[in-house]
Amino acid sequence: MPPKRQIRVGSQWMYARDAQRALEEALRVAEAERAEHEHQIPFIRKYVFSTDHKWIGIQYAITALTFLLLGFSMMLLMRFQLAFPGESMAKIPVIGGMLVKLLGASNAPGGVMLPEFYNQLGAMHGTVMVFLAIVPLAVGAFGNYVVPLQIGAPDMAFPKLNMMSYWCYLPGGFLMLSSFFFPGGSANSGWTSYPPLSIIATQGQTIWILGMVLLITSSLLGSVNFIVTIFQLRAKGLTFMRLPFFVWAQLVTSFLLLLAFPPLEAAAILQLMDRVAGTSFFMPSGLVVSGTPLTNAGGGNPLLWQHLFWFLAHPEVYVLILPGMGIIAEVIANNTRKPLWGYKSLVGAGVFLGFMSFVVWAHHMFMTGMGTVISAFFQTTTMIISIPSVVILTALIISLWGASIRFTVPMLFALAFLPMFGIGGLTGLPLGLAASDIHLHDTYYVIAHFHYVVAPGTIFAMFAGIYYWFPKVTGRQMNEKLGKIHFWFSLLFINGVFLPMFLQGLMGVSRRLYDGGAQYAHAKPIIHTNLLISTSAWLLLAAQLPFIWNFFHSIFKGKRVGANHWNATTLEWAATTSPPLGHGNFAVIPQVYRGPYEYSVPGYDAADYLPQNVPDEPPHPPAEGEGGGMLAATAVAQREG
Amino acid sequence: MTAHADLHALPGHDAHHEIEIPYTVHARPDTGLYNGKLGIWLFLASEVMLFGALFSTLILLRTSAPTWPRGWQELNIPLATLNTFILIASSVTVVLAWANMRLGNLKKGKIFLFLTLCCGAGFMVIKSIEYGSKFAHHHYPSTNNFFATYFVMTGLHGIHVLGGMVVFGYLLLTADKWYANHRDQFTNRVEVTGLYWHFVDLVWIFLFPTLYLL
Repeated sequence: MPPKRQIRVGSQWMYARDAQRALEEALRVAEAERAEHEHQIPFIRKYVFSTDHKWIGIQYAITALTFLLLGFSMMLLMRFQLAFPGESMAKIPVIGGMLVKLLGASNAPGGVMLPEFYNQLGAMHGTVMVFLAIVPLAVGAFGNYVVPLQIGAPDMAFPKLNMMSYWCYLPGGFLMLSSFFFPGGSANSGWTSYPPLSIIATQGQTIWILGMVLLITSSLLGSVNFIVTIFQLRAKGLTFMRLPFFVWAQLVTSFLLLLAFPPLEAAAILQLMDRVAGTSFFMPSGLVVSGTPLTNAGGGNPLLWQHLFWFLAHPEVYVLILPGMGIIAEVIANNTRKPLWGYKSLVGAGVFLGFMSFVVWAHHMFMTGMGTVISAFFQTTTMIISIPSVVILTALIISLWGASIRFTVPMLFALAFLPMFGIGGLTGLPLGLAASDIHLHDTYYVIAHFHYVVAPGTIFAMFAGIYYWFPKVTGRQMNEKLGKIHFWFSLLFINGVFLPMFLQGLMGVSRRLYDGGAQYAHAKPIIHTNLLISTSAWLLLAAQLPFIWNFFHSIFKGKRVGANHWNATTLEWAATTSPPLGHGNFAVIPQVYRGPYEYSVPGYDAADYLPQNVPDEPPHPPAEGEGGGMLAATAVAQREG
Repeated sequence: MTAHADLHALPGHDAHHEIEIPYTVHARPDTGLYNGKLGIWLFLASEVMLFGALFSTLILLRTSAPTWPRGWQELNIPLATLNTFILIASSVTVVLAWANMRLGNLKKGKIFLFLTLCCGAGFMVIKSIEYGSKFAHHHYPSTNNFFATYFVMTGLHGIHVLGGMVVFGYLLLTADKWYANHRDQFTNRVEVTGLYWHFVDLVWIFLFPTLYLL
């Protein structure tokens, strides 16, 4: 037994043991009072129009995961057409007949997908995945749930705005999807909506624009909220250089959303005017469609749309990847049990990446004839922006050096992220160089490149995050065995999908072809890989089934775990498990004493981790797996000599 | 439990009340801002990007067009000049409204708030007279790209003016209750709305020369 010391709690002096009991009792009483109070929040305010960041995060997560599955399903349909061009879907075992009925004669007469419907699916796959699935999942779900907890805040700075963000996002999503039921179907000019095609396109394009306006509004409200929250609501002692890298990633992401989305909003307004009011912002003079000259005044510029669109859409790429990198950093630090290597470089690289992402957009437009001077400029900035990405990836890889790695499911996804994102990133360099882009532009190589970044990159990071924070949200752990099955098969099949596309692209097979290139002689030697790709895609769906089952089963039946299941250092683990809704996050507002990744601190033998909120030389070293709520309480009990 | 009562007095431990978000009313010492003020500055930054994209559009379309109508030949400069003065005046009245409320003079503050609202309404009336005469001369957004940019940019600006008016109306209606109960928070709201109003004013200061005079 250590000698008995008196400590001060609030205004009272007491022995450490008594203080511990008192604090535990206080937490219990507070919990009971919260539970009692909780009953007073009406159902609709608690679960539908909730202002609690945790519940909004869960709303975002469930909605975005549903959209993710939906966007994936659209692609699975397209992959059938690509593997068996012109054949009927009726021959698909089990669900074939159902699919034919579901799609109807207007989209797929006799089960054969029409080219128009293929284009609709293509445009909506991109839109749904980027704007309705990944960004809401990465920012809306993870950002909302984790950021206020990680900075020790009771909630977001503007809880009502937060609610509005979600309630702009959901109707925006439904509006987008409803366009399938309009005459002519949904938007079908690609997710990039290039004019003049998008201006003369069917009704669905107008719905697409209106949906985008809602989604942009949602993102803008969210980004203001995140930045203010991170600047203003950091707990005492949590300086900027003590922020977990995930929070930094979300901060940079929010700035990108804040400043890059408005130009697209402007562009969307202009395109809407072109379609509805008959203006010619993007319509050149003398355009003839199907033999009929258009009556527009003309004088517009289709390239203007591309500039405005990519001014958003390139920073958007970093919006897609940065939160993923943040999650990976948290998971790697936790599972290597040592501090991240080069935390300052990571932060610096993240901020630099954010700045640079605003001056690279026209590398999507090398083939538009902008001229060599502009191409040279954007090719240079593109090469420069690859440096911070490499810095981040390198720092994360070096963090593994000499660690005794815990191969948990989140860590497996994090470890796979590194080479997958590496492939995606490095294959982007030939696209960023104007000369090699001439050959690769608009081929399957491009598809493979950005899907390696976003699918086994970002989506794997999202999976890592789900497995990692699931115990915090639910108090239960997801099944490890099912998680490992999910991981290994996903890794295998996702490479089966995207690796052959590099070859197709290098052979010159164009993207967005209804028959996958069957009509082109140069595609002949490689076209058979379409069957391999499609089969891998369908098996990839099968590989997600264990995850879906595991997810829902674990919510109710998963193994119960403590508040700090992974023995982590950051503040979210100091809150109680599944913090109650509508009443803030912490029984006692934590104070921060050190950086975010103090694992295996030399000279500190009580545990291999030292949480941010534990005072120096804490009176009660945290026992393994012990409730994090207690850690928060001890933070206040200041030790006196 | 003897320590029970004292523990409830711990800082930040407040199980009885709705959660309170820190720095809603008073500035955080290290940033020097309260939440709403930082929020509105960020929002205005995004608005700069929104109108920046539209101004860029105007520049690009105009420089690449073989001919472009002169603003002073097509548009009504006297009315626009009057509107410019109205908006500048409203920026002064909104500051006076805020200053009076901070100094404890609610009544005067409300009068200035009302004057600001009237200026906004006056601006919109004059703008609609302008629009009406354009339509009467069969000048629509679809006529050419000059009128397309004119209608889109002034229209979007007009929506911003309307938005500001709605907020001023709301502030006026709730002024007495809020001023009595949460005076600092209410004056903060006036300040934040005022910042937004200055921005709307500033956009017009740019729109006036680019559309009407050049």
